[in-house]
Formats: sequence, structure tokens, C-alpha cells
Amino acid sequence: MSLSAQETEIRNPPVSRPPLDPHLKALENEAIHIFREVAAEFENPVMLYSIGKDSSVLLHLARKAFFPGRVPFPLLHVDTTWKFKEMIEFRDQIAEKYDLDLVVHTNKRGVEENITPFTHGSAFYTDVMKTEALKQALDAGGYDAAFGGARRDEEASRAKERIYSFRTPDHKWDPRNQRPELWNIYNGMIKKGESVRAFPLSNWTEVDIWRYIQAEDIPLVPLYYAAERPYVERDGMMILAEDPRLELKPGEEIQHGMIRFRTLGCFPLTGAIRSTASNLEEVIAELEIATVSERQGRAIDRDQSGSMEKKKREGYF
Amino acid sequence: MSATATATTTPVAASANVIPFAESAARVSRDTRPLRLITCGSVDDGKSTLIGRLLWDTKAVKEDQAATLARDSGAQNDLGLPDFALLLDGLQAEREQGITIDVAYRYFSTDRRSFIVADTPGHEQYTRNMVTGASTADLAILLADARVGLLEQTRRHATIAALMGIRQFVLAVNKIDLIGYDKAVFEKIAAEFREFGLALGVRQITAIPMSALKGENVVLSGTEAMPWYEGPTLIEALELATSRSTQAGGFRLPVQRVVRPGESFRGYQGTVSGGAIKPGDSVAVLPSGTVANVKQIVTFDLVRNAAVAGDAITLVLDRQVDVARGDIIVSIDGQPMTGTSFDAQLVSLQPGGIEPGKRYWLKSGARRQRVTIEPTSQLDLSTGQWKPHASLLSMNAIGKVHLSFEEPAVFDAYEQNRATGAFILIDPDTLNTVAGGMVTAKRADIGGIHRGKEGEQRVVLSLPADLAEQLMASELFASRRDEADIRRLTAAEAAEFFSNAGSDI
Repeated sequence: MSLSAQETEIRNPPVSRPPLDPHLKALENEAIHIFREVAAEFENPVMLYSIGKDSSVLLHLARKAFFPGRVPFPLLHVDTTWKFKEMIEFRDQIAEKYDLDLVVHTNKRGVEENITPFTHGSAFYTDVMKTEALKQALDAGGYDAAFGGARRDEEASRAKERIYSFRTPDHKWDPRNQRPELWNIYNGMIKKGESVRAFPLSNWTEVDIWRYIQAEDIPLVPLYYAAERPYVERDGMMILAEDPRLELKPGEEIQHGMIRFRTLGCFPLTGAIRSTASNLEEVIAELEIATVSERQGRAIDRDQSGSMEKKKREGYF
Repeated sequence: MSATATATTTPVAASANVIPFAESAARVSRDTRPLRLITCGSVDDGKSTLIGRLLWDTKAVKEDQAATLARDSGAQNDLGLPDFALLLDGLQAEREQGITIDVAYRYFSTDRRSFIVADTPGHEQYTRNMVTGASTADLAILLADARVGLLEQTRRHATIAALMGIRQFVLAVNKIDLIGYDKAVFEKIAAEFREFGLALGVRQITAIPMSALKGENVVLSGTEAMPWYEGPTLIEALELATSRSTQAGGFRLPVQRVVRPGESFRGYQGTVSGGAIKPGDSVAVLPSGTVANVKQIVTFDLVRNAAVAGDAITLVLDRQVDVARGDIIVSIDGQPMTGTSFDAQLVSLQPGGIEPGKRYWLKSGARRQRVTIEPTSQLDLSTGQWKPHASLLSMNAIGKVHLSFEEPAVFDAYEQNRATGAFILIDPDTLNTVAGGMVTAKRADIGGIHRGKEGEQRVVLSLPADLAEQLMASELFASRRDEADIRRLTAAEAAEFFSNAGSDI
């Protein structure tokens, strides 16, 4: 059977990749199933896009799920104004390249009140510029479902989160009263004002994410790869020193070294690791012998024991 | 506590036990799908210790997590290991109460395979959580304390796991060290369990003597302590287990969405939940029954020449047919059951229970429709017997029910196909998920005759009405009432029936 001109259009880019191994294929299939189900059952979904590696995988899966159609919902980026510069550049390039609807939201009140990670501490800052900002953006868009890239292996409280994670009209999560979730049958029925956070990557681990990025050749923010970069050591973290808003404290000095980031967030709260892994293969090799979990670089998890659960109850993603 | 301490200082006692990861650097390709398993047992059986041990010995616990663990638990056990339960019990409420109250998922892997563990609580009132965890599991690990043997709870868990379609069991006879590695005790427990499992229809049963605390026969060998045991360690048994088969049988594609990026393209998106398909194959669209041929199988990566169960695809048919979300595209041969009346088993998941005669939403695959439930019997988990029960099925009850639909529904028997035989019930008022269910058979329309299972032997009796009524009143009969067909006839009609039936009788 010969293909007509229009049919050939849906043929793939000529690059042929080796087929995914069954493990990654199963994870991919599950994620695509979730994407399609949410898109079909909810009136106004949105995808939370944080620009990091998990978001990059999430976006790639969304494009696969709806191919040959367009991604049928916007991407929402909550911009705290303290993201790495390279992240913002990357975000805008990707949105243009893939013809995506990108919504960027910043908590204006927080900006006006000059709430920064340096002046107010990570807990309060995160609450205002991330949690509160996210709620504002979700309310403003009237979204009834929001995709996130959270994985259950990231943190203990996430291990119990459902794939469809139900939220009250004020975005609260009640971990003790979650809807049972059986087989791959998701209950997408909600009342007006309620919403669902949907997590297609629930069953992925950090290694899976990296191996999938490699197998699918997914572009990433270059900060994930080691390079000679300026940094300052503060509170046991190496903070990237390229933003003029970073003021040196007494005794601190800018150092230079081969560093990279395992997660990306707000630069003052995200610690680098020393590494020479300057490409994907080397990052994976490094990861496979790593003995420290990726959230170790995140200041917000360490504020108190059970801190992530608390933040999640309050509406943090 | 300041942010610095945990990040930079690792010389907590626990981290001394973190074995360097280096030797496993070659975890590059895995040629199997992840094995999904559920662990059943109570805190007393050492379940948290077992899972903690699995994560620890497969190096799934990272150094900083171990440090947090050591910080939170303070004291360690005799072997210098941290309290594994703290690693697992993620929610504050649980830590405070010291119990596990929900399903948590854990991930670990070996060079050969990756695993997803649904960790569920052992307390009786949390049957619903176990059902949730079991719904996706390929294998169940049942824990028993070697000192006490099988408990009623162990049997309950095994019964529920079997009911949910799990056909591979591992019996972990734990704390074997505390009975001096007594082979005879292990073998007695194993034999008892094997007999019980076989009665449940489970043929794959592996019993393993182990000490989760000491790590014997979990990931590492226990040969030194138990030279008499020649079977696999737990991790070996898990590596060899089979993932739920991709369901031989007919092709099934529950349609999730219809995609129309342009005038000329109309594709049906969904996950193949049974069988296989290739271009040119004839298919039917259910419930309408419209027939078409497959023109293309489209994915992001390439136009494919085949798709099998598990694949998320976009299907293009060779003609304009009416297909909407919720329809199922199936192979012409070996179609599922279509009808308005089905038999099912279900587990009641919420405090309000399942009310007879109430209209619920039923969701199966991508289809959601109205259904009315009529309970007929309930499973007594302490005896394994079904008892007549036509009233409310309260939370955690497992019942046999009749499903009555207003529009035609499409199912396979759960035993044949988990994906197209399973459903959830949604309460129309609270919109909460109130039951999980498994279709067993289509009910003949009113006045019809029970078809039974293929190859099933049946007996037709002709009895005086009073004797029949006494038999039907018995508990045994009542518990299987929905498998029987009853017709009241005159003696002359009965005699004619038997003479017509001919010489086979």
C-alpha cells in the first residue's frame, strides 16, 4: 500500500533510533496512557513546566502522546525570577521550536515586597514565590488538571501519592484521604473548583529519566553537564556565581571549578556538585555509581523532617 | 536543624554500612519489563525490615537518605542497621502512630531487572489498600513469622491476592534465625501454605526461609546459616518471576481519544490492552459492532507494522466509521462480551459501602457508564466461603454482584484479561472511588440459561419442588446460587424434557 502525500507527513524524522528496551518502553507507554486519559477527561488541563530534566522528559512524552496532533494544553512556568539564566533561555527556545503555548506566571506581590531567597529564607520564599504563585496561576487559568513531573522515588511522602492526586478548591492535598487507585483506571470526576494533579512519571526513577533522555536524545539545559563555572560555597552548597544579585558575604569568595547540577531550581537554593561529566554518557556513568540522592542539593527538603509532605499539603507541587 | 549538617557530614553510623555502588555500574540494559509486586504481612512479621533490606542490599538507599534515617531513628539495632520502617513510612501521621496506613510504592533494581513494590498495610481494616496494591501486581510476597507459622491474616491476604488475579506467590518464612534455622519447621509451614495456595488456584508458589534482619536469603545468600536450603533467595525468585502476560487472545484497544490534526487524518488513540494488530487486520468497533480494516498504526517514532498489548498507539482505519472515546476496537475473532447484565466480584472501598439498587458510575478502560448493583453473596475471609448476602456491602467487604447497565457494556472476564475485565465504581454524589471490581461472566438476558465456563460439566436434576426448596435453602446452595439455573415445571414437562435430552443422560 502506498502512502499519500499527507500520510507521509506523519512519518517520522528520518533519524532512526534503536528501539527502547522493554523497561523504558513500559514506562513510556504508561505515561502516554495517563496523558491521553487526562486530556480526554478534563476540560482545561495544563502542564507544569519547570524546565528541568523531568519536565523535559514530560514534554517529550506529551508530544509523543498526542502526535500527530499538537500538545492540546498550555505549559505553565512559575517563574520566581531567581531561576538560572540558562533555564529561561532554554525555555523560550523549546516553546518556539515545538510550537507550544507557554504561560509564564510570577507572583507580583512577592516581587513588589521584594521577597528573595537571600532576605527571607528558603521556606518563606518558596511558600510565596512557588507555592502561592502556583496557586495564583492555576486559579487564574481555571485549570482543572495540572500535569507534573514528580516521581515517587524522589522523596518519602511522594511514594504514597496517587497518579491522579486530588486537590480541594484551595489546592490542599489530604494524604490520609486519597482516592483508591486500582489498575490503570483513573477516576477523573471532580466537582467545580476541585482539581487533580496528574503525575505521568510516578513510576520512573532518576536513572530511568537519564536513560530515557539518552535513548530519545532529549535536549536539556546545559547546566546538567559539567563545565568550568564560577561558584560560591555557602551553607555547604556550591552556588553558581554569575547572577549580579548574588552578594558575597564576608569571607566568601568566587571560586572556579568543574561543576554541574543534578536538579535545577532557583539558583540561590540549588547546590552544584563537583563533576567532570560533561556529556550524557558521563552523567549516566557518574549517576550509576553515585551514592547520594538527587534531592540532596535541594535546600527546601532539609528545612525540617517531613518538610516535603508539609509543603505538599499546602499546595506545593 | 541547619541545612548544612546532613549535606556535608556523612560520618553517621548508618553510612558506614552503605556499600559502594561501583560494582554495579553496568546496569545499562534491562531486557524485561519491571516486575510489579505486593508485600503482604504485618509489622510483626517483619515486613518493613524485609522491604528495607531489599532496598538496602540492592543499593537503592542513597547515602543522604541513610543519614536522614540515622538522624531520625537515633538508635540502631544490634547489627548497626537503622530502623528500616522509618525509611518506608513516608507520612508524618504514620510516623506518629507507628503504623502504615496507605499504599506506598518503592523502586529497586538488580542488574537483571527492575522492581516496583506496592507496600501495603497488614491491618485488617485496610483490605482496601491491599486490593489497590494487588490490582497491578504480578506477584505477591506473603510474610510469615517462622515462630508462629501461618496466621488467619496470612490466609486472608493470600485469598485477596488470588481474587485480584495474582498467580505467583512467594512465602517469606521470616525470622528463621529465631528458631535456630529449623528445617522441619520451615517445611511444615511451606507445605501448609502450598496446600492453601493450590486451593486458591495459585500454582506458582515459592517458599523461602529467611532472616530479613540479618539479610539471609533476601538479596544475599543464606547458605552459611541454612546449608539445607537449596532454593532461590528472594531476589533470585523475583528475577525469575514472569510479568503478567500480555494477554494472549483477541486484540483490544479501548479508545481514549480521537485525534484529528487535519481534514485527512483521523486516528484513534489508546493503549493496546490485549492481543496484537497489524495493518490489514479486520476489526470491529464495540458496542456498535461496525466493522473496518486497520490501515495504519501510527506512533511518534514511526509508522509501525505491528502493535502488541501494552503499546500506546494511534490506530487509523480504512473507512469513515463512528468511533468515540469509550468504544473498544477489537479483533473480529475472539470478541469480548457485549451486554447489559454481568456477574462480577467487587471490593467495597469506602465507609458508605455499596448500596443495592443504587446507580453508580462505572469506569472500565476509557468507558464510563451508569450501572446498578445487586449483591448476591459475600466472601467470609476467615473461612474462604461465599455466603448469601443481598444487602449493603460495607467497607472492605468482598462481594459477588450483578451489574445492570442502561446502555450496552463491553467486558472480558477478568481471568482472561485484567485490563478489559476490571472496573471501578464512582459514587455519583461524592465522586469518590467506592469499589474495585472484576467481571466474571455475562449474564444471559432475562429468561436465558446460564452458559457456564467453557468445558464446564453441568448436571440437570429433576426433583420434587419441596425437596428442591430445602436444597436451595441450604447455605452451600445459596452461596453459589448465581451459578445455577432453575425452572419450575410440571412432572409431565420434566419427563418430556428428559426423554428429549436423549441417551446422553
